[in-house]
Amino acid sequence: MKSLQATGNKLADTEVQLGILEVGMDGTYQPIPFQEQLLQHGLYPLKPTHISTLQVNVGKMCNQVCKHCHVDAGPDRKEIMTVETMQACLAALDHNPLISIVDLTGGAPEMNPNFRWFVEEIKKRKRHIIVRCNLTIIVANKKYNDLPQFYKEHGVEVVSSLPFYSKERTNKQRGDGVFEDSITALRMLNEVGYGVEGSELKLNLVYNPAGAFLPPDQQTLEADFKKALYTDFGIVFNELFAITNMPISRYLDYLLQTGNYDRYMERLTNAFNPAAATNVMCRSIISVGWDGYLYDCDFNQILNLKVSSGEKHISQWNQSQLNNREIVINQHCYGCAAGSGSSCGGAVT
Amino acid sequence: MSNHYYNAADLAKFGNIGEFQKELADKFFAWYGTAFADSALTAKEKSLIALAVAHAVQCPYCIDAYSSDAYEKGYSEAQMMEAVHIAAAIKGGAALVHGVQMMNKVKGISM
Repeated sequence: MKSLQATGNKLADTEVQLGILEVGMDGTYQPIPFQEQLLQHGLYPLKPTHISTLQVNVGKMCNQVCKHCHVDAGPDRKEIMTVETMQACLAALDHNPLISIVDLTGGAPEMNPNFRWFVEEIKKRKRHIIVRCNLTIIVANKKYNDLPQFYKEHGVEVVSSLPFYSKERTNKQRGDGVFEDSITALRMLNEVGYGVEGSELKLNLVYNPAGAFLPPDQQTLEADFKKALYTDFGIVFNELFAITNMPISRYLDYLLQTGNYDRYMERLTNAFNPAAATNVMCRSIISVGWDGYLYDCDFNQILNLKVSSGEKHISQWNQSQLNNREIVINQHCYGCAAGSGSSCGGAVT
Repeated sequence: MSNHYYNAADLAKFGNIGEFQKELADKFFAWYGTAFADSALTAKEKSLIALAVAHAVQCPYCIDAYSSDAYEKGYSEAQMMEAVHIAAAIKGGAALVHGVQMMNKVKGISM
C-alpha cells in the first residue's frame, strides 16, 4: 500500500477534500455547516482559551501505511522537519514559558534523523514531552530497539496507537504483522517500567475505530483493553484514549470507496455535542507542520488550513496574535465535537 | 407511500413516531434508554442480547442498528455470529419442541 500522494489519488489535493466535505462527492450532500452549529450554541467564533501545548509534526515519513491515517504518512513520504525549523520551535519555547507540553508526532517521529537531539533540547527546557509512537518502529530496525530506554531517560510520556486488543481488527487497519510487533514493543516498554503500577513512566494507548463507526464509551473500552492485554499478553498501560477518525485524507478515501461517507457524516452531525465543542483541543494547542507553518490542529495542518493570525510561521511566533486569533473551522471539525468528543488525549467530556 | 415495505433511511426516522402520539413515544424512548444503560448487565452485554433478539424477530432495522452497535462496542465477528446462532438455536428448538405436541396428538388419535 502507498500514500494517496504516491498513487496520484485526487484526494492528495486538499482543495478536493474540502470540496467533498462541503457538498459530498456528487455535489448534493449538504450537512449543517459546523459554523452554524457553533453559532446556535454561542461558540462562534471559536477562540483559544490559552496555549499550553505545542504539537510538532516532525515529518510524514512512517514505517507503516495505515488505512485510516489522516497524515497520509508512509515510507514514500519524504517531508521531514529540518534542524533549523526545530531550532525555531525551541526558540518559541524559550520565549513562551506558559507552553508546558511539547507533543511530538509524525509519521513515525522517530524516523526524523534529528529526533533524539530535539527531544534532548526540549528536555533541557524542562517541558513535558509526549511522543506519539506507533510501537512497530521500536522493532522495525536495530537502531530503534533502544527507544524505550531513551524515552525512560528523558521522562517522555509515550502515547501509542493500538486500534484493538485483537490481532484481526488491528491488522485490518494497520497492516499484516502490526499487532504482533506492537505486542513485542509494548512488552519492551513495560520491561523498562512504562505503564507499570507505581512507575512515573506513562504509557497511554490510542484507540481508533477500525471501520466506519464512532468510538464506544472510553471508560468501558479502557477496561476491556486492560483486561484483554493483561490476560492474553501480560501487558499493562495507564490510560486509553478513544479517538474519532476524522473524515479527511486516507480515511476519507476509505469512506468514499466503501460507500460509507454520507452515513458517517450523518452520524457525526447527529452526534454533535456542544459540551464537546466547548472543550475541543484546538483551544489550547498550536500545531506546527514539518515545514514550520502553524495550524490550529493536526487535522487543519493536513488540510493546509493555516492559522488565521497574521504571522503563520514558527520563526515569526507572535503570542499575542495567536491568543486572539479565530480558530479555523470546517466540516471535519464535527469529528472532534461528536458524542463524548475527541482529541489527541481522547474524549473531552 | 413507497413501493416497498422496508427502507434503510427509515431507521433514522424512528424518533418521529412521536408525531402521531407523543406521550407514548416519549415514554417508550425513555424506557428504552434506561433499559439499555449500564446496570446489572453492561450496555455492551445488552447490545449483544439485542443483536440476537433482532435476528430472532427478524427486524432489519434492529439488525442494522445492533450489528453496528455490537461491533462498535468491541465484539468480534465470531462472537456476533455465535449470538446469531443462539437466536437460531432457540428459534429452531422452539419449532422442534412442538414436535412433542405433534407426537402426542398423533399418538392420541392413532390405534
